[in-house]
Amino acid sequence: MTENKTELQVAAIENGTVIDHIPSDKLFKVVSLLGIEKMDNNVTIGFNLESKKLGKKGIIKIAGKFFEEEEINRISLVAPNAHINVIRNYEIVEKKTISIPDKMVGIVKCNNPKCITNNEPMTTIFTLTDREKGILKCHYCEKEQNKNNIEVL
Amino acid sequence: MKNRSLVAIEEYSKEKILYMLEMAKEFEKRPNRKLLDSKIVATLFFEPSTRTRLSFETAANRLGAKVIGFTDPKVTSSSKGETLKDTILMVSNYADVIVMRHYLEGAARYASEIAPVPIVNAGDGANQHPSQTMLDLYSIYKTQGTLENLNIYMVGDLKYGRTVHSLLMAMRHFNPTFHFIAPDELKMPDEYKLFCQKHNIKYFEHREFNENVIADADILYMTRVQRERFTDLMEYERVKNVYILHNDMLCKTKDNLRILHPLPRVNEISYDVDDNPKAYFIQQAQNGLYAREAIICDVLGITLDDVRNDK
Repeated sequence: MTENKTELQVAAIENGTVIDHIPSDKLFKVVSLLGIEKMDNNVTIGFNLESKKLGKKGIIKIAGKFFEEEEINRISLVAPNAHINVIRNYEIVEKKTISIPDKMVGIVKCNNPKCITNNEPMTTIFTLTDREKGILKCHYCEKEQNKNNIEVL
Repeated sequence: MKNRSLVAIEEYSKEKILYMLEMAKEFEKRPNRKLLDSKIVATLFFEPSTRTRLSFETAANRLGAKVIGFTDPKVTSSSKGETLKDTILMVSNYADVIVMRHYLEGAARYASEIAPVPIVNAGDGANQHPSQTMLDLYSIYKTQGTLENLNIYMVGDLKYGRTVHSLLMAMRHFNPTFHFIAPDELKMPDEYKLFCQKHNIKYFEHREFNENVIADADILYMTRVQRERFTDLMEYERVKNVYILHNDMLCKTKDNLRILHPLPRVNEISYDVDDNPKAYFIQQAQNGLYAREAIICDVLGITLDDVRNDK
């Protein structure tokens, strides 16, 4: 077996999506943003796996699930560098990158304490006003914040 | 039906602003109408604002509408923990239009998304106050005969002053030249200077406030420098008397200059200015009545033609 690659830390899937290189402390946030706990699919979650890049990383393998770009972009703010691999027949057939969507509904908490969204049971809406600088604007109070300072709901 | 609410001044195009000013002009000719004879206007003031409320309620009454509402949230269920949504939906059962003032930013936007009736934002925290901007624009239009190519001088608290920010953004259509006169701590924020650059609007910044600086002004828009805005109280003591307008500072100004102020004034315009014909801040408040009559009619679908044909 020495000529083969080292043993996988999490078993391979035949068809589906692998989300790799998730920072460990963001893993369960990613799970919840993608609604994985509500899925019926066969899901393998690896937590605190060794990673050369991140030290510790998380990985999620979802059998039989192929995400729309819109869905997967929901995690762009918590795991911007995650790798999305689309698997068919045990082979990676596509690698996707994540980009911040133009509109984020119910993802970001507004950091303005006087914003209506922090005082009323309601859904937040943010728009991306400057992609390069990562500036998000609250649809309600119109305050802007940088993606590096955001709190995800 | 399209939501006709007025939440933010940016929703108005140049054409719409001019259209609304024409409508206000009609109401100035004849403020008392029966256009809203069978309508009910609700004024929900989740924070007190006497001037704004009196102005809106007068506008509604002069249009023949009946007014319901509250002036102080302590007497309503929001003090018992009722959500804004429930309050708005409940009042929507009774009223044809809701004029609301709220201490939270974004409250009016949210209300406009859930209410089946139009919402008029009468101020949401430090965010938007579009009817104030419309009355400022109407006052400028009326006194200068145009909104185009004017020299507009803004004085005082340009950092927190919501009215100056909204006016600046609404004037972008009309090729103004701005002069920002403020102490360092209350300077015009960068985002608005960037806004000017982006829209090719000329602006100049000044720290001094004297007869030479303002000699070329068409509009002098005064605001109050408030003690509580300063982190450095030494700085406040240094500047508190610098941004006060005295009558003798008007000696070199142009004949067409008019002095505006969103009110209430405390001491930033000294009382010797009041009798100068260039003082305009009391009439400015009266213009608020006409601007608000126009806004209430517009959100209810009443057009300029309807107003002109109303005999």
